[in-house]
Amino acid sequence: MARYDSLLDACGGTPLVGLPRLSPTVPDGAPPVRLWAKLEDRNPTGSIKDRAALFMVRSAEESGRLRPGDTILEPTSGNTGISLAMVAKLRGYRLVCVMPENVSTERVQLLRMYGAEIIFSPAAGGSNQAVATAKQIAAEHPDWVMLYQYGNEANARAHYETTGPELLHDLPTITHFVAGLGTTGTLMGTGRYLREKVDGIQVVAAEPRYGELVYGLRNIDEGYVPELYDASVLSRRFSVGTRDAVLRTRQLVEVEGIFAGFSTGAILHAALAVAHEAVRDGRRADVAFVVADGGWKYLSTGAYGGTLADAEDALEGQLWA
Amino acid sequence: MAIEVRIPTILRSYTGGAKVVEGSGDTLGDLLADLDSRHGGLRARLVTDAGALHRFVNVYVNDEDVRFLGALDAKLNDGDSVTILPAVAGGAFGFAAAAAIAQHSAAAAAIAGHRAAVAAR
Repeated sequence: MARYDSLLDACGGTPLVGLPRLSPTVPDGAPPVRLWAKLEDRNPTGSIKDRAALFMVRSAEESGRLRPGDTILEPTSGNTGISLAMVAKLRGYRLVCVMPENVSTERVQLLRMYGAEIIFSPAAGGSNQAVATAKQIAAEHPDWVMLYQYGNEANARAHYETTGPELLHDLPTITHFVAGLGTTGTLMGTGRYLREKVDGIQVVAAEPRYGELVYGLRNIDEGYVPELYDASVLSRRFSVGTRDAVLRTRQLVEVEGIFAGFSTGAILHAALAVAHEAVRDGRRADVAFVVADGGWKYLSTGAYGGTLADAEDALEGQLWA
Repeated sequence: MAIEVRIPTILRSYTGGAKVVEGSGDTLGDLLADLDSRHGGLRARLVTDAGALHRFVNVYVNDEDVRFLGALDAKLNDGDSVTILPAVAGGAFGFAAAAAIAQHSAAAAAIAGHRAAVAAR
């Protein structure tokens, strides 16, 4: 279907495209190992977060937590905010985003364009200040509605009801699903669905490993695991550093013409790891991975050109995923 | 040959400020015991009294999370690279703001909804 009643109805239903050049070559007679990219940048605001934003708002409307004219407050480092801003605009809500200073300028411009208000919290290293800022805002505005993507079941449900079924429909022979780990919503929802339907499915997480500046914790007990996270859904979990993420992001556009953001590079890195293992073990594999967003919002980082070391420096201290 | 272990900033007080230390062991548990013999107190920050990895600690062997490789029983080989990191979500910001705002009533409602959904599954 290519006609929709509104932009919100055009969310999801994204293409799954094969990557014949990036898929590993297998020896003659060996079973095929293929990579497939789910192009989530084809959503209304250009990222996979449109699915979660739409489901979280609808769920809050249905439960009566969100009423016309309400204000939504959400901590977000970018894409969820942009998605929520679009949904809020079309559904008649005001959106206030709390976000760190160290995200790309495009994200800030996009949020403002969609009508969101932004409260900046100090960048990495100042997590104590960010905590204080967030607490203060929440205390001052008890009537604001927090959708709280890290603990909102509608975030994971969006993927259980849409992303998972789409993947299985388009790739019934799927053996691996690889996605990024942030709120964990994509992996939890899609992973649960695929585990119910596909025997032996491997659900693989790729999490970004940032520079040290970003881990501004005073001690281990300040760590945080999202309420949505359930380790039993995952088969494996990879930590991917900035250099590998940049390398793969560039490879994806150079070899297959897909222009993606850096979190997708991290996901591709993990996808290639499992694909090459399958080749080594002589097993058939159809590895589907998520292209979380396009590269447009990250051009100003300069990390698409120059040497890898330059790109790594450019992204140091930035939240690139 | 030995196993290279990358230490996060917040634990470098146990390694005299060293970012990378070396150790040996057939499993992660052995490696942490070996490290503790030279960097006293480090193991207790990573492993609970019950003998499990601390909830907010992630340990990776060659970039793969050990919780999916047998946790403390994960097998190690000479030349492996082990990385220890604090658990954060969605970047540094996620944990800071989310943990703080978790006390907010609306977030509490969302979490309660999630728990109910999990319980109903």
